[in-house]
Amino acid sequence: MASKFETPEVRKFPVIPKLENSATSHLSPFKSKQEFQSSLGYPGELVENWQEKAIDKMGDLLGKYRSLRVYLDSCIQCGACTDKCHYYQGTKDPNNMPVGRQNLMRGVYRRYFTLPGKYFPKLVGATDLTKEVLDDWYSYYHQCSQCRRCAVFCPIGIDTAEISMAAREVMDSIGVGQKYCNEIIGKVHKIGNNLGLPEPALADTLEGLEEDVLDDTEVDVKFPLDVKDSEVLLVTPSADFFAEPHVDGLIGYAKVFHQAGISWTLSSHASEAANFGMFIGSYDNMKKLAMRIREAALELNVKRIVFGECGHAWRVAYSFLNTLAGPFDFLDPRYPVPQHICEITNGLIDQNVLHFDKSANDDMTLTYHDSCNVARASSMGGIMGGQFTIPRKIIQTVANNFYDMDDETIREKTYCCGGGGGLLTDDLMELRVKGALPRMEALKHLIEEKGVTHMAAICAICKSQFSKVFQYYDLELDQIVSLHQLVSNALIMNKKEV
Amino acid sequence: MSFVTILYAALFYFAATILFVGLAYRVYEYAKIPAPLKIPTPPAPMTQRGVAIRIFREVVFFESLFSATKWTWLFSWIFHLALLLAALRHLKYFTDPVWFWVSSELVQVAGHYAAYLMLAGLLGLFARRVFVDRVRYISSPSDYLILVLIIAIAGSGLMMKWFPSDILAIKLFFVGLLTFNFSELPSDAVLLIHLSLVIALMIIFPYSKLLHAPGLFFSPTRNQVDNARSKRHVADWAKRMESTK
Ligand code: SF4
Ligand code: SF4
Repeated sequence: MASKFETPEVRKFPVIPKLENSATSHLSPFKSKQEFQSSLGYPGELVENWQEKAIDKMGDLLGKYRSLRVYLDSCIQCGACTDKCHYYQGTKDPNNMPVGRQNLMRGVYRRYFTLPGKYFPKLVGATDLTKEVLDDWYSYYHQCSQCRRCAVFCPIGIDTAEISMAAREVMDSIGVGQKYCNEIIGKVHKIGNNLGLPEPALADTLEGLEEDVLDDTEVDVKFPLDVKDSEVLLVTPSADFFAEPHVDGLIGYAKVFHQAGISWTLSSHASEAANFGMFIGSYDNMKKLAMRIREAALELNVKRIVFGECGHAWRVAYSFLNTLAGPFDFLDPRYPVPQHICEITNGLIDQNVLHFDKSANDDMTLTYHDSCNVARASSMGGIMGGQFTIPRKIIQTVANNFYDMDDETIREKTYCCGGGGGLLTDDLMELRVKGALPRMEALKHLIEEKGVTHMAAICAICKSQFSKVFQYYDLELDQIVSLHQLVSNALIMNKKEV
Repeated sequence: MSFVTILYAALFYFAATILFVGLAYRVYEYAKIPAPLKIPTPPAPMTQRGVAIRIFREVVFFESLFSATKWTWLFSWIFHLALLLAALRHLKYFTDPVWFWVSSELVQVAGHYAAYLMLAGLLGLFARRVFVDRVRYISSPSDYLILVLIIAIAGSGLMMKWFPSDILAIKLFFVGLLTFNFSELPSDAVLLIHLSLVIALMIIFPYSKLLHAPGLFFSPTRNQVDNARSKRHVADWAKRMESTK
């Protein structure tokens, strides 16, 4: 099933596609199993009175999240968002129009929670929560990467991600969970990271990295693990420990810390920046995952917390961490909690602590992909729009050749990579390839126009997604690079301490 | 008192109760439900003042809609502007003495031409619903009916130019409703149609997507300050999960 699909055609002048009903109704990720479900506190399979339970859960969430209630009430069905989702553009399925996706829940909301829906369901598009509707929910609420592009354009600011998250939470509560997300969350609860990489293996990996960097640069750059009283606790996505090009980014952070003389450490207890609790809309799980970071910071007695390159992790870190796991009054009050590695590097550039040989990146002509969660759900540097300017400024400080993609596809209007929001799983490969279309089109245009060779990103999901889907669009997998890989290439290291 | 007068007086009291109590209740509900996490979309203001400016720009210029689709923006902006102008013109039926600026020629003339503008905007929105396949797909019968209702209100209002009623009597009727000093309503067909439609609109308002009006002010992606790192934002229901560690 998964392999039989066509890569969408890259168009010179993208137009809004015509609807194709049920074009991707066959796409549903694998369902979670009993063991993963119960470790998160959810029933293992569809419960008996699931309809009633689901409606109860909806009522519960409607009373907890203003966003959900206001957004289900306020949609004008104006259609302004209909063409804004990358999954709609790539699949043409009307349920992938943001409002189409919302209406799957809105119909049920109207039926069970509003007067007109109770008495005149046909008139207002209200629907009973049937098994078919539940199947549609499972399918299409797992075809949303919660990237919030639709929310930027909606006149009311309706954020489909809020609705997708609520839908996933409702489904989990009746025993219909998604394998990919829930299995991963279970691993973090148990072992500390998404990959289930235990402490000894992690220590081994880091040691290997130290040797590699020493061989390459003749500088003894450390990758400390669980070192108490360090200045910085670095929390980074576990993909940084071995996946390409992520690991080159990790080497970049280490070199920056080394060169600036900032003591830092990773933690085996919080060896994962990602927080998949957000993807499944579970405040409880998100909070539990966030608490590990607080515990690690206390345990290791650090002064600051810094996050590595990871999009949604940065969303949770920037926008939610203080709320979920604060107050962080035990950390150094001179720094915001937490900081992004780009803020660190940017600050050191401004203080003239780091020096670069830009020509080290001359073999590349670069562009930058704004990851959706960084662009649309966080900021950097304490300034409006810092999440756009700071990464670009770093790239332009460490490399000579840089161009931006089309204005409609970057900054707050950026397109998701196609693999965010808990969809980075092989059972959704068709969706991932199709959803990547708008980004691939913008990138390919720039390749043609400016001879761009590489795209930098600061998100583990983006990097993994692109290195998988590039091949479908006739690109090489190493054309996606980590931002701190560029920093690493160009950073002039002080060799005298060897 | 004629039967018509009593009927319409009763209907107006009924509709006004539904409209105001209903809306107040919705606003109360929205205000009561917490927004447990910070979710402003960019460009996210970092101060309360910035938020006020952002909402002002959304309400007055429909800024996000403008960046999304120019045609929908044009039609709906024209429609809402015309609605405002028409409403101002109608104030003269409810105020005694009429506020001086309401009676000014500018407000009265603009209010009159607003009816044409309103029809143009509404027909544009209707056409979009019918002809654009994506918008047709998401439209339910109520979406068309609300447009038809408002088109009929604007149309019947405009018709009164050719089928005039006793303006003074209408005014006395409405001022009478407000001051409980009742007076006869002229029973001209066009007038009664116009008023019936308005009553219908008042009644459905708190039960329909017309809630987008208060909704915008309560939309967390638009009304939140981007200060999550410096200020905690814990909802009441999340406090029970707070630990002391
Ligand atoms: S843009 Fe907003 S109001 Fe318009 S249809 Fe989409 S979600 Fe609804
Ligand atoms: S949040 Fe992103 S993926 Fe989800 S509907 Fe909106 S644009 Fe599409």
